[in-house]
Amino acid sequence: MKILVCITHVPDTTSKIQFTANNTKFDTTGVQYIIGPYDDYALARAVELRDQTGGTLTAINVGEAETEPTLRKSLAIGADDAIRVNSFPKDSFFVATQIAHYAKEGGYDLILMGRESIDFNGGMVHGMVGELLGMPSFSPVMKLEVEGSKVKMAREIEGGKEYVEAQLPLIAGCQEPIAEWKIPNMRGIMSARTKPLKVVEPVSQETQAEASSYQLPPAKGSVKLVDKDNVGELVKLLKNEAKVL
Amino acid sequence: MSILVYIEHAEGKVKKTSLEAVSFAKELSAKTREGEVIAVALGTVDSGELASVGKAGAAKVLHASDSRLNDGVIQAHAAAVAQAFKSVGAKTLVLAKSSLGDAVAARLAIKLNAGLVSNVIELPNTDNGYVVKRSIYTGKAFAETKVTTENKILAVKKNAVDLKTDGANASVEAFSVNLSDSDFASKITSTERATGEILLPEADIVVSGGRGMKGPENWGMIENLAKVLGAATGCSKPVSDIGWRPHHEHVGQTGVKVAPSLYVAVGISGAIQHLAGVNSSKCIVVINKDPEAPFFKAADYGIVGDAFEVLPKLTEALKAEL
Repeated sequence: MKILVCITHVPDTTSKIQFTANNTKFDTTGVQYIIGPYDDYALARAVELRDQTGGTLTAINVGEAETEPTLRKSLAIGADDAIRVNSFPKDSFFVATQIAHYAKEGGYDLILMGRESIDFNGGMVHGMVGELLGMPSFSPVMKLEVEGSKVKMAREIEGGKEYVEAQLPLIAGCQEPIAEWKIPNMRGIMSARTKPLKVVEPVSQETQAEASSYQLPPAKGSVKLVDKDNVGELVKLLKNEAKVL
Repeated sequence: MSILVYIEHAEGKVKKTSLEAVSFAKELSAKTREGEVIAVALGTVDSGELASVGKAGAAKVLHASDSRLNDGVIQAHAAAVAQAFKSVGAKTLVLAKSSLGDAVAARLAIKLNAGLVSNVIELPNTDNGYVVKRSIYTGKAFAETKVTTENKILAVKKNAVDLKTDGANASVEAFSVNLSDSDFASKITSTERATGEILLPEADIVVSGGRGMKGPENWGMIENLAKVLGAATGCSKPVSDIGWRPHHEHVGQTGVKVAPSLYVAVGISGAIQHLAGVNSSKCIVVINKDPEAPFFKAADYGIVGDAFEVLPKLTEALKAEL
């Protein structure tokens, strides 16, 4: 089985979010970059499936040169080779177009990625790639088993989950608890340095919905504390001041 | 011209988040002069229930009652909505963000060659082009997004607009869709869903507990408070990780993101990853015995005190008031 896993290069979840250049660019000062947490689940499951079924696992990222350490980390965790599409990921449509092109070229049976990137939270790329390639797409997937050409999945829905059966090839946007995150070991880190990482150019520049500027939410006022022996006061405040009851 | 709204229903009722999407479309149309709001509903649902979608602002509801659409098969739903979009000559599709809605919207973006914006939090600005404000970085920031395509899809976050209830009943028309077996190639074999409960992602009030609750056997206190408030219950990540509560109750960066009017956090310290899941709440109340808990910095109201002491008192006080 040929598996493709799509990796985002995103700020660590504890990063302070700030913008520069008149609020048109993300401020990378002091920010640590990681493999998107949802992509990390997808990668971990992809490694397990590759080991179970044999075959190959390729990681792909749409990003400029600074994303390479993140992509190398996916090689250290277990991907066999990697592709970097050399461009800033301008919007979901742009990213999906690149991934669909290189996925088609590689003829993958299974394409996994996170349910969403944790920077833009669109959660759209898997569905777009699916439609572009005429493959079914599923998200958010919490469980995924491959039996021959059949795939059994659990997809999270509001207040529960549904169990789905489909045929390969397909695309899934993953989330926990599909697999446990894998930490690269020393052998993985060493071998990642020599695994092939191919840099390719974008196949199209077309975008549909690009972010043009950014804002931070207004600063939160300080908390109003209510004495623990006077909870009735809180009820009054919620009713008359916050008007949420 | 018209704006199409994809509405979802569960247990015979149109979802409140879908009704909000209808109200959003109604306000959008007043601004962009795109004509009437037409909703499309798929699968078996009572036509009286569909007519009531008019109260939220729809003039008409197209009903594709094909029972194969009762299950939320993503490809089939996307195909059916695309047919409705073309049939009514819409340029804009509005829908509520949801598990199924997101999955369907992404495929429709390609089918309809439509710029798609998700997590939309307010009406687009059309003074200079078409700019949509959406939440990013899990609610820690906003992005102004310029949509350059003629067709557009807006996936609207909860509470983006106020739900309207003063409209007239909508007319309900049968809509026949042309679907092939291949649209139903994937099968939903079974569903596990908490029934009769208020669902967390859609709840207007949420009460969440953290490790400060000390064990699953103490969740009765959280549930009692939630019951009085008509709230859904949630929990922090450690609580779902150790199995005190099911995974679908985990609120936070990698769990459910909620946007209720009122969020009550009990015994949760307020790690940045938890805050990311609740920062779209209108009002946050924190109950924690540690006055240094970081959650107090993100709260509107707080009580420093032992949850086991405060919760029963608060539940009683609310019972008397509501």
